[in-house]
Amino acid sequence: MDSSPSTSTTDHDAVTSGANGSGWEYAPAPETTEVRIEPRYGLFVGGRFVASKGRRRMSTLNPANERELASVVQSNAADVDAAVAAARKAFRKWSRTRPIERGKYLFRIARRIQERARELAVLETMDGGKPIRESRDVDVPLVAQHFFHHAGWCDKLRYAIPGNDDPRPLGVCAQVIPWNFPLLMAAWKIAPALACGNTVVIKPAESTSLTALRLAEIFQECELPDGVVNVITGAGETGRLLVEHKGVDKVAFTGSTEVGKMIARSCAGTSKRVTLELGGKSPNIVFADAAIDQAIEGVVSAIWFNQGHVCCAGSRLFLEESIHDEFVRRLEHRMRKLRVGDPLDKNTDVGAINSRDQLEKINQYLEHGIQEGATMVQCCDRPLPESGFWCRPTFFTGVQPTTRIAREEIFGPVLSVMTFRTPEEAVQRANDTPYGLSAGIWTDKGAKVFELSSRLKAGVVWCNTFNKFDAASPFGGYKESGWGREGGRHGLAAYLA
Amino acid sequence: MNDSKKTSREPGRIAVAKTWKLFIGGAFPRSESGRSTRVLGPGGDFETNVCLASRKDLRNAVEAAESARAGWQNRTGYNRGQILHRIAEMAECRRGEIVDAITATGSATRRVAAEEADRSIDRLVSHAGWTDKVEQVLGCRNSVAGPYHNMSIPEPIGVVGVVAPDQPSLLGLVSMIGSAIATGNVVVAVVSESNPLPGLLLGELCATSDVPAGVVNLLSGSRKELLPHLATHRALGAVVAAGLSRTQRRALQEGGVDSLTRVHPAMDDHPFDGTDFWTTPRALMPFVETKTIWHPIGG
Repeated sequence: MDSSPSTSTTDHDAVTSGANGSGWEYAPAPETTEVRIEPRYGLFVGGRFVASKGRRRMSTLNPANERELASVVQSNAADVDAAVAAARKAFRKWSRTRPIERGKYLFRIARRIQERARELAVLETMDGGKPIRESRDVDVPLVAQHFFHHAGWCDKLRYAIPGNDDPRPLGVCAQVIPWNFPLLMAAWKIAPALACGNTVVIKPAESTSLTALRLAEIFQECELPDGVVNVITGAGETGRLLVEHKGVDKVAFTGSTEVGKMIARSCAGTSKRVTLELGGKSPNIVFADAAIDQAIEGVVSAIWFNQGHVCCAGSRLFLEESIHDEFVRRLEHRMRKLRVGDPLDKNTDVGAINSRDQLEKINQYLEHGIQEGATMVQCCDRPLPESGFWCRPTFFTGVQPTTRIAREEIFGPVLSVMTFRTPEEAVQRANDTPYGLSAGIWTDKGAKVFELSSRLKAGVVWCNTFNKFDAASPFGGYKESGWGREGGRHGLAAYLA
Repeated sequence: MNDSKKTSREPGRIAVAKTWKLFIGGAFPRSESGRSTRVLGPGGDFETNVCLASRKDLRNAVEAAESARAGWQNRTGYNRGQILHRIAEMAECRRGEIVDAITATGSATRRVAAEEADRSIDRLVSHAGWTDKVEQVLGCRNSVAGPYHNMSIPEPIGVVGVVAPDQPSLLGLVSMIGSAIATGNVVVAVVSESNPLPGLLLGELCATSDVPAGVVNLLSGSRKELLPHLATHRALGAVVAAGLSRTQRRALQEGGVDSLTRVHPAMDDHPFDGTDFWTTPRALMPFVETKTIWHPIGG
């Protein structure tokens, strides 16, 4: 790969304050790449950008200033029908296309994404609110890697699933993705589906449609056969129509556990195959013997990366009791150095909350936390921008394990800090949740790493690191965090019979 | 049993009637509900009493399984393999009894039953060989684009519910339970409703094979009554089933939604008497969860 997607997601070295510790202010460093945005977008169906068969539209905002970026379609049943029909028609030929040729299309797409990387990163940041540093250094490189990785699988599928030497594609895949990693989730869904010979109808989240539509342009440029990928925009109702469509063979969803259960219910009794990547309340466990400075950076990366809009965010911090006070003091010091603000500024650490709805939800949890008796600590003293949706990085200490901020997914930059005395207690409390998406362990003792990583009930366990992603690394949850894996060899099973 | 047909008895001696009981936590309780039913032979020449499990029995079985879970998972694959092989050893020496159980209701001829018994024993032998190979075959090290050690490992899901088909009553049950416990899970199984005897006999084999108490739990009873509770019990990580109607499959899936239980309602899509699925690693996949572990390389 040209890029290295697995490098640190939060390289905060540049954030240290001035030599005298007084905290020099940074001059603005805005990303200046201009990105073309049409005032109105249609749908991408059958290889062409087409108008909706209905009239309903919605605005997509820049959450950093609340200005409308564009108007997009709220697809109706006829739009969904047309997209599924296009995907069905394309499936006949795509599923029989020689695997090496399928691979070439995916390699082409990966290369084109790299060539248009900055444009995609800027658009992602404008539409979603995440810092340009993250969309540029994490999201887009991973998107390209995902297509590149899966391109190479096309002609090797018979080696992917032990015991299945004649794997077959499933057919038309209905894919519904969230707003926290719009382009990356599109890649996670589309790349393996196509590599396995399936065709796709994908619906991006209502607040973040623009990069998926831009990806459709890239598919056109790469001459991907018509109908192999179809992009329809819309809100929850469009998603429901797509998932429940009779012409769909496979459903893949990333989003909340609540919606995931609705989808599971609607697919019960059908022959549809379902994979779900859902919510989490992931534990991040720090032992006294850990490298504390690294652990602090790990905690920052675990909870404040992408404004905490991360399903696998390390939102429950468990500190060994003996280091609690010192660790919290240093964490607060570090948190106060985070810069919240213009996502397009290359020095910004924490961008805008994705939508007003999400901001209100997070603020309710902050109130719950205070009412439940926890102590709230927030960064920073600097004023926040006047327009846009903002939440200061926050942690709570003195959190009781039964409270809402300790149990429910907040999906924002809010950390609950708790303590433990023994590894046994740490494991027990970490596993005491219906979720099981990720977990973090910080210790210098190898034996402890292996002991805990085998006992934690989570699909991804980060040891002395956190929030690392890679196309070759399977991702997905235990228990109520979902069904199935995405990425790597294991992820292919979700798209093959 | 109907061994009276084979062996002559001393005139006037009354045979001891056996009640077929549940197998929960290594013990053979009657149903807490105090209910039982009769299994009748084909010509009515034979009948025997079988306990009818209730919802409470099911919950007790899940509790027993939960308490056996960590111990079974933490045993080495080598050790679990020897125990599975021991079940096969016990089955082989009670082969005649197994054939009697399969034919008890007249649903199979002795020739067909003998084949089923042999296949069931062989399947256990096959499972015994999987225990220390699952991680190698289903796991791998992943080449990530950065200085990290990254590996994916299959882990047992935990407590698995099993619903056995009526045909083949033993081979279906053994195939699913074998896959489950070979991969380190513990099981609560509902045996065939129309002929529960072979399934309950499996409990007697487990009880004499060093299978730790609670690893395998067997319930005989009404599928209609037990299925909804199996589907909705939050402690079950997965439920696999065979021989269900379309309506039952759907109900099982719907019941599992609230806890996002991994439900595989049609394991009989892969014929139990075939070898293209049940002896391959694909038969183990519904019983494992993939865990991916990252660790930095170097300072």
